[in-house]
Amino acid sequence: MRDLLLCPPDHYGIEYEINPWMSRARGAEAALAQKQWKDLRATLSKLDCKIELVKPQPKLPDMVFTANAGLAVGEKFIPSNFRHKERAGEAPHFARWMEEHSYQISWLPEDYYFEGEGDALFSGDVLFCGYKFRSDIKSHRAVADILGCLVISVELVDPRFYHLDTCFCPLPDGGAVWFSAAFDEYGQRAIREHVPQLVDVVPEEAAHFSCNAVVLDRDIVLPEGAPKLVTMLRERGYRCHELAMTEFLKAGGACKCLTMFLPQRDAMPDAQ
Amino acid sequence: MFSETIELRGHIIDSLILPKVLDEILRAGGTFKIDQIKIGQQRVDQSFARIEVSGPTHETLDELVLRLRQHGAEVVEKGDVQLASAPADGVFPANFYITTNQQTFVTLDGKEIEVRPAIMDSAIAVDNASQRATAVKFYEVRKGMKIVVGHQGIRVAPIQRSTRRTEVFEFMSNVSIEQPKSAVIRAMARELKRARETGEKILVVTGPTVIHTGGAEYLERLIEWGYVDLLFAGNALAMRDIEDVLFGRPQRINLDRGGLDDAGHENHIRAINAIREAGSIARAVEIGVLQRGIMCSCVRHGVEFVLAGSIRDDGPLPDVITDAIEAQKAMREKITGVTIALMMGTMLHSLAVESLLPANVKTFYIDINPVSVSKLTERNRFQAVGLVTDVEAFLRELTDCLAKLDAAPARDGDKT
Repeated sequence: MRDLLLCPPDHYGIEYEINPWMSRARGAEAALAQKQWKDLRATLSKLDCKIELVKPQPKLPDMVFTANAGLAVGEKFIPSNFRHKERAGEAPHFARWMEEHSYQISWLPEDYYFEGEGDALFSGDVLFCGYKFRSDIKSHRAVADILGCLVISVELVDPRFYHLDTCFCPLPDGGAVWFSAAFDEYGQRAIREHVPQLVDVVPEEAAHFSCNAVVLDRDIVLPEGAPKLVTMLRERGYRCHELAMTEFLKAGGACKCLTMFLPQRDAMPDAQ
Repeated sequence: MFSETIELRGHIIDSLILPKVLDEILRAGGTFKIDQIKIGQQRVDQSFARIEVSGPTHETLDELVLRLRQHGAEVVEKGDVQLASAPADGVFPANFYITTNQQTFVTLDGKEIEVRPAIMDSAIAVDNASQRATAVKFYEVRKGMKIVVGHQGIRVAPIQRSTRRTEVFEFMSNVSIEQPKSAVIRAMARELKRARETGEKILVVTGPTVIHTGGAEYLERLIEWGYVDLLFAGNALAMRDIEDVLFGRPQRINLDRGGLDDAGHENHIRAINAIREAGSIARAVEIGVLQRGIMCSCVRHGVEFVLAGSIRDDGPLPDVITDAIEAQKAMREKITGVTIALMMGTMLHSLAVESLLPANVKTFYIDINPVSVSKLTERNRFQAVGLVTDVEAFLRELTDCLAKLDAAPARDGDKT
């Protein structure tokens, strides 16, 4: 059983524009957003996950994207330092919740931008971290120091894929699903060197946020609109659960953005 | 070159951040020097690199460093230079820093500023208010001036050897009397042509040898064709040139007959008198006293000249600056912007000019005496080409090459 943190979309809406997907002229439909979120919650519950909920806060519409709350490893929690002031208000609410649930909080220096699990995903013992649009690379060093793990920093180059979890999704077999064009050539090489089996997502499916998937052992919960990827994953022995995510895509988010692992993995074997 | 020192920390090897940063420096036209590198021993150990990054301009470097910061580079703060007051006029404080002729920077209030001009054997005076660093000679220092002492906060940007394999300086950078002279002269001609076409400033330093060997007419052609922007010489060159023009023969040597002339020893004194009577060389040209020759061509084509006097001079001509310090000042003033210096048949004058030139000026030395050429090329190892040959023969061949280059359209084969 995996513990997951979600936040009900009670205050969700497109109230500002901080990525190319967001347009205040194209708002999310509240009832449909509720339905899609509830479907996600139900699907995850059915897959033997324990769902924890953090209380949504007014004027913090993106709090629904709990992957950006921070990064939980073992008993440690590194809260995010959001780059955009619109989201900065979320951090203390998440940190308080994590503290109340017995996590040790390790704050990063204020001028180190870091957007949590959105930009930090483990593949085995290696933590892949994205930088440039949201997190900065300085934060990766600090995260490596706190967790005592190898961090591979990769530069994101396509503003549509502004977080690592929008273009990269590690799989439990040591491989990963990825959209390579979202990385610069050095990031691509670094990923290829450390991840032996990569599943390429075609551009039109990447645009449906197919990489933004929640992986639970052999079950993968992903947004609908990626038939080619689903076929490939099924051939590799995964069960795919496709969900409508249209209302959250309007804000540049989907299944994984709406979910944070508690924790993402156990403490590093050598970490104190 | 302007530079900053950056530091990279983290998993910079596994993430390929180090090669990315180095590649980015090169792509931006910069260069780097890795001062220190420590590679983590264990998988989770972080690595460290301290890198000196240089760029051709302040702006290029700033933009580059800004991009490198995105990849985690941190800029290392620089220590300021140490200063002491000059104890008296004409005297530097103890332990003052002595300049080379290479581009030099001092750090003042954490910011690098370039020392100007790049001139050797000087001290560096710093003015905090105007944020200026100036290379000063003994005669320029005044009591109380702030002078750089020690070596802290000073950076010398070494001249980089040409990376264009075919450039003349790469092609021929030592001195030998067994050089393939025609090939070297052709390469020099191409370099001069390139400099003229790109509006660079060409300096000629020469002495009376050019007249004695019969090379004057070729130097005149160079002036007429726009290959000379500035001429440094002494009284003798101008005097012999004018004597030749006014009396048809230089002192005691008859070029037409190849023998000695009985009354020739008087002519140079009469020539000097004629110019003194006119008031100056330029005035002599204006009123028609001087109608041809090297000095006349300089006046007519707007080529500036500095004639520096010496103790052996007859006359001297009214244009000659007899105060050595004033002559040096005049030369320093005019030298700004020179990129190529062609020095022919005058070792001491060439050595004097060489000591005023920044190291990035490309220099051609031509002399019949191999010792003179060696002495001069030793002073400028990076951007000097020496040729042991007769000045007239050199100039004749050079003008011939230039005439051919001007007549023929550029071909790929000419790029060697």
